[in-house]
Amino acid sequence: MEHKDYKAINKSVRKKDSMQLLLGKPVYTADIVPDNTLVVKLLRSPHANAMVESIDTSIAKRVPGVVDIYTWEDVPQERYSNAGQTYPELSPYDRLIIDRHVRCVGDVVAIVAAENEKAALKALKLIKVKYEVLEAVLDFRTAKDNKILVHPEDNWKSLVEVGGDKNRNLIASENSEHGDVDAVMADCEIVLDRTYHTKAFNQAMMETFRTYTDIDRYGRLHVISSTQIVFHVRRILSNALGIPKNMIRVEKPRIGGGFGAKQTSISEVYPAFVTMKTGKPAMITFTREESQIAGSPRHEMQVRVKLGANKDGKIRVLDLYTISNTGAYGEHGPTTVGLSGHKSIPLYTGSLEAHRFNYDVVYTNTMAAGAYRGYGATQGLFAVESAVNELAEMLHMDPTKIREMNMVREGMQMPAYYDETANACALDKCLARCKEIFDWDKRYPVRDMGNGKVRAAGVAMAMQGSSISFVDVGGATVKLNDDGTYTLMIGAADMGTGCDTVLAQIVAECMDCSIEDVTVFGADTDASPYDSGSYASSTTYLTGKAVENACMELKERMTAIAAGIMNCSEEEVVFENGEFKKADSNQIVSIAEVGAKSQIFNAVAPQATAANTSPISPPPFMVGMVEIELDKLTGEVKVIDYMSVVDCGIPINPALARIQAEGGIVQGIGHTLFENVSYDSNNRLIESSFMQYKIPTRLDMGKLRVEFEHSYEPTGPFGAKSIGEIVINTPAPAIAHAIYRATGAWHRELPITPERIVMAQEEL
Amino acid sequence: MELTLTLNGKKITETINPDQTLFDFLREHDCLSVKCGCETSNCGLCTVFFDETPVLSCSMLAARAGGHKITTLEGLQEEAKEFIGFIADQGAEQCGFCNPGFVMNTIALLRENPDPTDDEIRQFLSGNLCRCSGYEGQLRGIRAFLDSRSAK
Repeated sequence: MEHKDYKAINKSVRKKDSMQLLLGKPVYTADIVPDNTLVVKLLRSPHANAMVESIDTSIAKRVPGVVDIYTWEDVPQERYSNAGQTYPELSPYDRLIIDRHVRCVGDVVAIVAAENEKAALKALKLIKVKYEVLEAVLDFRTAKDNKILVHPEDNWKSLVEVGGDKNRNLIASENSEHGDVDAVMADCEIVLDRTYHTKAFNQAMMETFRTYTDIDRYGRLHVISSTQIVFHVRRILSNALGIPKNMIRVEKPRIGGGFGAKQTSISEVYPAFVTMKTGKPAMITFTREESQIAGSPRHEMQVRVKLGANKDGKIRVLDLYTISNTGAYGEHGPTTVGLSGHKSIPLYTGSLEAHRFNYDVVYTNTMAAGAYRGYGATQGLFAVESAVNELAEMLHMDPTKIREMNMVREGMQMPAYYDETANACALDKCLARCKEIFDWDKRYPVRDMGNGKVRAAGVAMAMQGSSISFVDVGGATVKLNDDGTYTLMIGAADMGTGCDTVLAQIVAECMDCSIEDVTVFGADTDASPYDSGSYASSTTYLTGKAVENACMELKERMTAIAAGIMNCSEEEVVFENGEFKKADSNQIVSIAEVGAKSQIFNAVAPQATAANTSPISPPPFMVGMVEIELDKLTGEVKVIDYMSVVDCGIPINPALARIQAEGGIVQGIGHTLFENVSYDSNNRLIESSFMQYKIPTRLDMGKLRVEFEHSYEPTGPFGAKSIGEIVINTPAPAIAHAIYRATGAWHRELPITPERIVMAQEEL
Repeated sequence: MELTLTLNGKKITETINPDQTLFDFLREHDCLSVKCGCETSNCGLCTVFFDETPVLSCSMLAARAGGHKITTLEGLQEEAKEFIGFIADQGAEQCGFCNPGFVMNTIALLRENPDPTDDEIRQFLSGNLCRCSGYEGQLRGIRAFLDSRSAK
């Protein structure tokens, strides 16, 4: 492992925007709109499957302040996808801005543009819609080959063959096998066959979806949006509105959280359509209810795990079949599902002789799913890690021992992970360290607290990726200014994670300057170098390396300018301690002098742009351990301690990496214990506000502790891998394990509520 | 109807609609730190001071503020600066959208209880949701501030 003393990276510096944020400055989309902006509101379908027979907006249009109202008759009839994904887009083109055929409760029926919110809300109530209500398909386990078709229309299209057939409600499917699964399974002493179910959890970022649009000085559509994907939004709007990409500019201000929700273009098209129609500035702000019922949540999945093992705990074969519910539209449907197998099975590379992974992704008349931190790995890991815990408990083996026996280790080639080699893998060290800080041997045994409460512990491992191999592109431009400072321009989107700062740290490390000397600009489709965007755990790994490469090239350019100043050849110039020196002399040129010279009689551009991509997606690894206290009478679970050790290569900013881990763990705790997604008899989402959708408060998460084990990923910047997503993956299997330890009942469906715990105990 | 109140130390008189919420009134008066996260009084983002008491401005009519002092984070910048650096040191501000409500309620906590225990901090701030940070870093930040203050 390469080990160096770094000056700017592996340091916990403050986020560049921290004071602006903590002092409540106006830096978000809704804070920077002009007064004359039209308010955009949406009329949404109360039915899960219906045709709009007629829609009468005449009375609504007469409300004073209403500017216009648009229905399905007013929008382009070319289908498109809202998914923020790189070419070739795998998500089907199955949407219209407004579709006459509404396919889930919350689907848009009309767009209202008004001078103020009151008028817009009044108009919503006065639009008269007559629906032909159709039977809906709601249970994703019965959707494939159901007689009800979610997308019967002829102009549906898929750009890439992904094993889908819309006439079967199937948007993607795949079968893959390595080794002879059936033969190995038949030879195993123990075969477990278990089915797990996870829900369509909402990201519940504090800032709901929102977008502002106007016409810029060149007559183009200008979009300011709370998005993770400025370049993809430009393409999506171009497809949806039928206008050229070069007539659209998309930028993002500060973003109030995303977690993948804003990797789908949820809110952009509505004000954009209004601005194109009226020529006026327009803004949409989703209510919390809209964000809950018409957002882009996690794909609900059912994962069947068949695990074959020997009695000594050797895991020999894994066979997974995942059904994924993409909801009414296919955003991220064909892609999320893959992670449920590709990022769970490889954890057991150490012993697996064979594996199989099959999946189906189906349409239903429920809210369309999208991208959520973990992106399918979270679902698959709940299943596989739970199955491994079930095996350990069945064999009366310590579940950490069984993992030590079977886990992937550095240098191993992973057949279940595209045959990639684990170049950087400290998973074994993570487990050892986590056992030590958690005091596993002491806390694993169940302890009766004598007051009806028991304490118990659980464990899980996790992996993720770092960017999408052979697909994602990270980009960075580094410019030298005439005062010797630098401007870093990126297309990745800091959504609160601190990537602006992390990338600035990489500039500071490369250019041997202070982090204060690096200004970060982004993201803006007019000015940023192309970047796929902030998702798929790609920014630090992929864009970070692009920053490093851009710095290397800029340094060469600066060397040429410095050589000109010192009247010597470039070979004689050395860059040392943040300044240029002529070798074997006292001649020194400061960075500011180079910057100043770059503006006088100079033809060497003092800036460099680099793009980066990767044929591999190096997995970060993690171990999580939890201690809970469970009240046997009420079923209440209190998380006492959650400890985890993460291998993200090297954390560029340990404080920010730690916060990523802590935030992800608490989201995972929420999904495991409190957050549910369910539908009432009218197919409406019950958990439509924070009254019902209970995200954890600071009284619900116990004490957290996160540590790091270093590895060195040769293709990442300074050895770094990703951290943003993996951190959400361990809580569900670890807590389910602890609940089993406390009660003797396995819970294979999330969330595990007190009611379920009590009911399961009674069934024992 | 006519409303007279003191907003961030400045007395103002305005004509408002009787059904206007305090939240909307404040946003219209350039108090853009005040954020809305839920509309159902669950998230704490819209916390402001009604005289000296933290309240949820989304769930209060502007009319009720008549004759009272309303203070937002715009009016408490200096008091906030005493401790927010410690939050920033932890990276616990994250996306920042919940920060104004969190900072306001932390000010209220520290005014009421200058030397709180960890559990008292968790209790007092339990109505301030944050989806990014996992809360632990915010606690570490407040603890570091209290420790540095008591060391002086």
